[in-house]
Amino acid sequence: MTPMVRAEQVHKSFGPVEVLKGIDLQVAPEEVFCLVGPSGSGKSTFLRCINHLEEINAGRLYVDGTLVGYRQQGEKLYELRDREVAAQRRDIGMVFQRFNLFPHMTAAGNVMEAPVRVKKESKSAARERAVTLLDRVGLGDKRDSYPAQLSGGQQQRVAIARALAMEPKLMLFDEPTSALDPELVGEVLDVMRDLASEGMTMIVVTHEMGFAREVGDSLVFMDDGVVVESGHPREVLGNPQHERTRSFLSKVL
Amino acid sequence: MTADRAGQAEPEDASPSPGTPSPSKNTGPGKTTVPPAEIRAIPVRHYGRYLAALVVLALVVLFVNALASADLQWSALGEFLFDDQVLEGAKNTLLVSILAMAMGLVLGIVLAVMRMSKNPVTSSVAWGYIWFFRGTPVYVQLLLWFNLGLIFPVLNLGPIYKNEMTDVMTPFMAALLGLGLNEAAYMAEICRAGIQSVDEGQTEASQALGMTSAQNMRRIVLPQAMKVIVPPTGNEFINLLKTSSLCAVVMFEELLRKAQNIGNTSGSVVELLLVATVWYLAITTVFSIGQYYLERRYARGTSRQLPDTPWQKVRRNLFTWHDRRPAREGEHA
Repeated sequence: MTPMVRAEQVHKSFGPVEVLKGIDLQVAPEEVFCLVGPSGSGKSTFLRCINHLEEINAGRLYVDGTLVGYRQQGEKLYELRDREVAAQRRDIGMVFQRFNLFPHMTAAGNVMEAPVRVKKESKSAARERAVTLLDRVGLGDKRDSYPAQLSGGQQQRVAIARALAMEPKLMLFDEPTSALDPELVGEVLDVMRDLASEGMTMIVVTHEMGFAREVGDSLVFMDDGVVVESGHPREVLGNPQHERTRSFLSKVL
Repeated sequence: MTADRAGQAEPEDASPSPGTPSPSKNTGPGKTTVPPAEIRAIPVRHYGRYLAALVVLALVVLFVNALASADLQWSALGEFLFDDQVLEGAKNTLLVSILAMAMGLVLGIVLAVMRMSKNPVTSSVAWGYIWFFRGTPVYVQLLLWFNLGLIFPVLNLGPIYKNEMTDVMTPFMAALLGLGLNEAAYMAEICRAGIQSVDEGQTEASQALGMTSAQNMRRIVLPQAMKVIVPPTGNEFINLLKTSSLCAVVMFEELLRKAQNIGNTSGSVVELLLVATVWYLAITTVFSIGQYYLERRYARGTSRQLPDTPWQKVRRNLFTWHDRRPAREGEHA
């Protein structure tokens, strides 16, 4: 079975700073894959490389068997055009730390925007599905609210519905609960838990160790641009093998 | 404790004894509580303000008095305000201003996008355009367009179009090009500021959904940039409307030129200048009101509640005008 994501020696630098120093990992379909580590360890950058929001400098990154951002012919790599990159991103949903909802559109408008513009669905069909999706994240009654009128937790749930509207085969979560008040974290994690139980492949950058332990199928601890330790969440979190992992976990648990 | 003390308080307490915490309605079950008395203090007298008001009023009276004694034929003012020629001029002023603004807006967005493009050729050309048109006076630009026929007697666009330059470069064309191309340079900078004010996360979100750069610009970035672009654009338009009076030098029959023509033949020079003034003020006032509602429209979604319209404000102020007492409990909510 082709892995949903396969990274081979992925390197990424911002100017002189090397952020990713050779990442190798595989994410299986229907897996919930958690990325943890201190800030600046490169976990968010790696996530953004998966849908080509960042270009990698060396190595290879495949999503569902397809090279991300480039086309390989023999030994040569060709950069993909804007349109082709956009097409690759359609199947990859992303949820951001700061929600990034479109403030000039209602909740339903946010959810139906991409289906209408990118998939050329009819507005009525897209709206119908948007309402269904908002119902699913518990916000059916907020369909006509603007993001500024919603709480952080509600905004993040709309953002998840917006990503789901493109029917992605892979969902990327970039610290989805880090910008939320503690009491609002639960409602977002509940939606993610449901999504995981329905078999969605998810890569989650998170500091919620409880969520990782309970929902995650595998977990990778990153530090300073490398994978320090990986395995089943319960093992890594319960019995860390590396000193660096132990000291990090002792601070966050 | 609070409830006990408050319960014993005399009904005639004009001022609660110092140190007593103000009792609230829910302090104790079954106890009667007395709300603190409203503050009725004697306001500070601002003598400086009275003096300033007097001085300013005196100056206004002097000014009105001077106007009344001026050798002005007020009847001429009324007579020419709706003169056909004046109306024609006002129409031309409005027409050239709106068209030049439309031209400036479209070209300005194109220039802003060019300027921000990664292509060094397009960005330097946009830079050069802005450098030239912002760096030279509109007056000179108008004259340059008007006299283009002196260096290019024939406009020859290959097989598409060919004509005498004097036939093409009418006063209207010179006015439109002079104002519109100059405006584009200013609008380019306003649009660039607006586009750059939109959070990068918005572009990332739309890219992650599979939207192309063009879709991102049209659907996500520009609508949000409008909030930053509209207010200075309103100012630009009002400026443009007034600058259009310079088009008199290229023989364009706009408001000021018409007014001056009538003034010179009828001898009522100042009266006609005042007629033009009234028209300029009337037009700019109408557009200022329009600008206010346009800004309100683009504030949608960015604030939880839209600001009141002036009319709503007036109504609210009428009801609260005399109520200068501090808000009582329950009115905060």
